[in-house]
Amino acid sequence: MSSPALETDKGVMSAPLPSRTARRLAQAAARKQAVHAWLLLMPALVLLLGFTHWPALSTLIDSLHATGRGGQSGEWVGLENYALMVDDPVFWQAVRNNLWFAAATIPLSMGLALLMALWVNEKLAGRALLRMAYFTPTVLPMIAVANIWLFFYTPQYGLLEQLRGALGLDAHNWLGDPSTALACITLVAVWKEAGFFMIFYLAALQTLNPSLKEAAVIEGASRWYFLRRVQWPLLMPTTLFILVNAVINAFRLVDYVFILTRGGPDNASTLLLYHLYEVGFKFWDTGYAAAITVVLVVVLAAVALFQFFVLDKKVHYQ
Amino acid sequence: MRRQTFVHGVIAAAAGLGLAGTALAQSPLEVPFYYPVAVGGPITKVIDGYAADFNKAHPQYRLTPIYAGTYQETIVKALTANKAGKAPATSVLLSTDMFTLMDEGAIAPIDDFVKTDADKAWLKGFYPAFMANSQTGGKTWGVPFQRSTVVMYYNKEAFKEAGLNPDQAPQNWKELKEAAHKLTKKDASGKVVQYGIQIPSTGFGYWMLQTLTTPNDVLLANESGTRVMLNHPKVVEALNFWVGLVKDGVHPAGVVEWGTTPRDFMEKKAAIIVTTTGNLTNIRANAKFDFGVGQIAGNVRKGSPTGGGNFYIFKNAPRQQQQAAFEFAKWVTQPERAAQWSMDSGYVAVSPAAYETPALKKYGQEFPQALVARDQLPVSVAEYSTHENQRVTKVLNDAIQAALNGTKTAAQAMEEAQKESERILRRYK
Repeated sequence: MSSPALETDKGVMSAPLPSRTARRLAQAAARKQAVHAWLLLMPALVLLLGFTHWPALSTLIDSLHATGRGGQSGEWVGLENYALMVDDPVFWQAVRNNLWFAAATIPLSMGLALLMALWVNEKLAGRALLRMAYFTPTVLPMIAVANIWLFFYTPQYGLLEQLRGALGLDAHNWLGDPSTALACITLVAVWKEAGFFMIFYLAALQTLNPSLKEAAVIEGASRWYFLRRVQWPLLMPTTLFILVNAVINAFRLVDYVFILTRGGPDNASTLLLYHLYEVGFKFWDTGYAAAITVVLVVVLAAVALFQFFVLDKKVHYQ
Repeated sequence: MRRQTFVHGVIAAAAGLGLAGTALAQSPLEVPFYYPVAVGGPITKVIDGYAADFNKAHPQYRLTPIYAGTYQETIVKALTANKAGKAPATSVLLSTDMFTLMDEGAIAPIDDFVKTDADKAWLKGFYPAFMANSQTGGKTWGVPFQRSTVVMYYNKEAFKEAGLNPDQAPQNWKELKEAAHKLTKKDASGKVVQYGIQIPSTGFGYWMLQTLTTPNDVLLANESGTRVMLNHPKVVEALNFWVGLVKDGVHPAGVVEWGTTPRDFMEKKAAIIVTTTGNLTNIRANAKFDFGVGQIAGNVRKGSPTGGGNFYIFKNAPRQQQQAAFEFAKWVTQPERAAQWSMDSGYVAVSPAAYETPALKKYGQEFPQALVARDQLPVSVAEYSTHENQRVTKVLNDAIQAALNGTKTAAQAMEEAQKESERILRRYK
């Protein structure tokens, strides 16, 4: 910083004094401006560093250490925690479960959201009530919701079983059977998410120019054609935004697992973050938990970057 | 003028602070105490009452009870606070977490505080079955408080209907199996409307398995918590007995929820349930039929595991707080208070002396079901507990669920659980 300044100083040795003072003043002003800029950035920067970057970095460092016992910090073990992960059958089961969970919740909740948004965008009686009804799951606290669903799924006298009994079908233990536990959790997630995404679609639909619709009607386009060729492309930015959120939520929301199944039976409904919680706060194996965190963060970051940089190019913005 | 007011204000504020400082120095010592609630009923009110009484009797202390959620949530909070350098003076945590807390270096041995002969007599006064989970390597690490064992609750009306003796619970596996068959009711379409027996398998599966392995005369872990014996043929046999009940259709299929089991019993969906004595007060208040409580059915011998929570004293809390915590643990486990606590909650009173108090004697006469757990204590064993307890327990719970769901045979599930547990415990050999 200082050496080029010196050189310029040498180069303009013969220059008249006033211009030198002016430059010095300008430099001081620029420096002052820079200081101001940094001061203004400071609060955001401190928060970002303190709560995002530093934890991420320390997690990475922790993941390369063994778990310290009795208040001592663990010794350096390199990639041992990652090797442990490769050998951990529960981890792989959680990965498989989470992929199935994501593969089901993302398209289902988004599709439902679009359908509901298209419907409540129409002029129909009781529209406000309907919109509110769809949005209610989002407003309700997750733990309370999970307890309600727990009653739905309860064997013998739960709501679902009473319905089945009325239809004369065989009894089924929904959450206690490994073949249905994950599906039950997926259903709750879709129910919870769809209403939230609907709001975004609804907002996007309201911003569409009504003259497009009129033009389509005049041209004699069918509703399906109008949706496919006009609404859907114009909704793409919203769809991308929702997709990013849906992907993150598929790996991030696990509160209802605590109430509904606690990952059981025999890990049939364990999701990655739930496994992470167990390793970190039940087994107190912080080193291994840090390693799982790093993998989760890297994968999610990669997916988000792909969405932003690749999919984003294919999206048509107005 | 204005400046003067300001200066005066500052002086006044400083004086106020100074006064507050001296007042603080004279006020009683703050003693934080974390506790969980794991059974129904107004437990928080009861605990607050004990703390208020203790503080009245000991004006130098101010014990502050902090409700911290379930057992699991409480240990997370206590250990996190401990790691942050703000350990509570004491916390009630599962007796099975003793090894975990030792490994974390979080707790101080109780022996450090036991000085007088009266203290020694107090420590000897507890039921030996409860001390099994509170002592290891010649030291005492926990003080029994909200302790339980597992018992059978049975619906006397259903027993009468099925032609069984309502005054006696099934005594052994053979009787239990026969009773379960007789008690299972189906409707016209062949659908089961009442199961003969229900043993929950979420959360505490390992504990429920112990109600079968103990009668089969086999222990799941050694006393020092370093070795497990899950693939022992007698353990596999015990698990197979459980799986057999499911296969026979007299026990609900799949994994059965721990939390809804008392409800299933009250709704008459299960005629016999196996669960903690801690549910006694809840079931007594809500069951609309006459019910009996029986000891766990025997096989080779009788017996059940103990369970529940102990007081632990945190090593990193200030010395004076630790002393206060010790005083509280001693105070609240005195016979009269232990008796009161047992009646308020349904937990087993922790010392034989408590059952000699007039209050509990009278209660036992009016409500003999409350004494079953105590009578079972002489044949009770320690709850499954090892180093890395939560992880080892989860391995066993998963294996039990796999066997009950039929995805693995009992032998295969236990063999795999044994291997995995040995791997987890390898550094404690």
